[in-house]
Amino acid sequence: MKHIKTVNKPSMQKTLKTGGCGECQASCQSACKTSCTVGNQVCEK
Amino acid sequence: MKARIHKFVQNGTYILLDINSGAVHVIDKMIYDIMDTFTGGNDAEVIAVWENTYKKADLAEALNELHALMDEGELFAPDIDVPPTFKQKGLVKSLCLMIAQDCNLRCKYCFGDGGSYGQERAIMSPETGMKAVDFLIKSSGPRKHLEMDFFGGEPLINMKTVKAVTEYARKREQETGKKFKLTLTTNGLLLNDENIKWLNDNNFSLVLSLDGRKEVHDAMRPDVGGNGSYDRALRNFHKCLDSRKGGEWDYRGVYTYLRGTYTKKNMDFTKDVLSMNDEGFDILSMEPVVLKDSPLGFTEEDLPRIREEYDKLTDAYMQRHREGRGFFFFHFNMDLSNGPCVAKRLSGCGAGHEYFAVAENGDLYPCHQFVGREGYRLGSLDEGVTNTELPAYFRESHVLNKEKCRDCWSRFFCSGGCHANADLFHGDIRKPYEVGCEIQKKRLECAIYVQAMLELEKLEKEDETA
Ligand code: SF4
Ligand code: SF4
Repeated sequence: MKHIKTVNKPSMQKTLKTGGCGECQASCQSACKTSCTVGNQVCEK
Repeated sequence: MKARIHKFVQNGTYILLDINSGAVHVIDKMIYDIMDTFTGGNDAEVIAVWENTYKKADLAEALNELHALMDEGELFAPDIDVPPTFKQKGLVKSLCLMIAQDCNLRCKYCFGDGGSYGQERAIMSPETGMKAVDFLIKSSGPRKHLEMDFFGGEPLINMKTVKAVTEYARKREQETGKKFKLTLTTNGLLLNDENIKWLNDNNFSLVLSLDGRKEVHDAMRPDVGGNGSYDRALRNFHKCLDSRKGGEWDYRGVYTYLRGTYTKKNMDFTKDVLSMNDEGFDILSMEPVVLKDSPLGFTEEDLPRIREEYDKLTDAYMQRHREGRGFFFFHFNMDLSNGPCVAKRLSGCGAGHEYFAVAENGDLYPCHQFVGREGYRLGSLDEGVTNTELPAYFRESHVLNKEKCRDCWSRFFCSGGCHANADLFHGDIRKPYEVGCEIQKKRLECAIYVQAMLELEKLEKEDETA
């Protein structure tokens, strides 16, 4: 493509069916803690 | 209407995010412009609006490319609703133990009132800590990975309990097949050789608090006697990090990172991040303070300056990366292709349903920030969760149930913000704290930009070698 470069292969729609195992880390985003916003996480699977 | 796309310009680069798929596209100015008009099927309208600005042939080409993205499900992907994988009831998988509601520092911005959380200064007994281990095992059902965070106040002033709880958790692991990840957050003053060795032997992840430059840190983080704590903390952090370098440390699955807080007094916090990096630390985080009616806290008026500073930080981050001395900055770290599942993106931090805090006396709260807050006590280790409405309410307070979040472009990255901050500013965990939202969104734009740039660099390199 000339005008668009897609930089990722997102999996979000797929995980509507597959996710929810809950093995991932908690993700507090307050200043005093690990400050791991959900967006900054990876899936544990 | 719910936002379906978000577009922004960062450092001259045009970026388009497709919200419901998470696809990120680096685009040119023409696409950026016509996305004001294009809604998926109105090609004629796009041409009519933009034919005085762009050549018709170029517009046709651009529209073709946009339709190709739509066919791939990477533009205007369908709206996401609560998926069936989002179970009605959460299982508790993570506990924060208030090992000591007391501290050897008196940080100016501490939300815990010098560690006491507005209550009597007190420390957790080993018995209470061990009960917390059993509570977590019982409440976690079939879930295998469990987390325990040793927090305070300053947890190292109560090593006796830290040790007893750790020993007990390791023993219960053997008996139950569960896996505990242990984390400890410390200001570093008591991080002596003996404690470092013990924490290393027991595979603790560590969160070390440093605010960046010495003058900034000392002004914000004095000890009980009013003396700056920078030199002492820094010396110990160096020792600690040196002891965790190389060899099998890469495989232990534990992390050690430095985190700082910025306030209104250091809005040039890029300097603080770089100061930590110059000291040799390379896993870093720097967070905005959240305070209401305080000269250190932020208001709407501070936002332009804060945004400008994140631009600076982004540039510095990329520059050091390109010079081969890059560092890891928590908020810029994002896996655009294999991020968390939708269920996780909805539940966010998990406070109050997957994550509880245990106060020094064994009382349960939705998270460490709610400890001692009126009306938020959930029960205790002895009685269990007696307030069953509150966990259900926290579980239901996910991003699609917050009015402001439903339409927000960052809903699947931010997951609805911090409940504790929402409660602090609005007395309602479903009303996000606006200044926090704006900072969050700016940070996310920077992170998406950083990841897009890194990916493009990688693609270019592959092209060169191909
Ligand atoms: S409510 Fe806020 S402070 Fe509490 S766990 Fe969630 S993000 Fe962290
Ligand atoms: S908390 Fe704020 S930034 Fe986050 S999704 Fe809600 S409105 Fe958006």
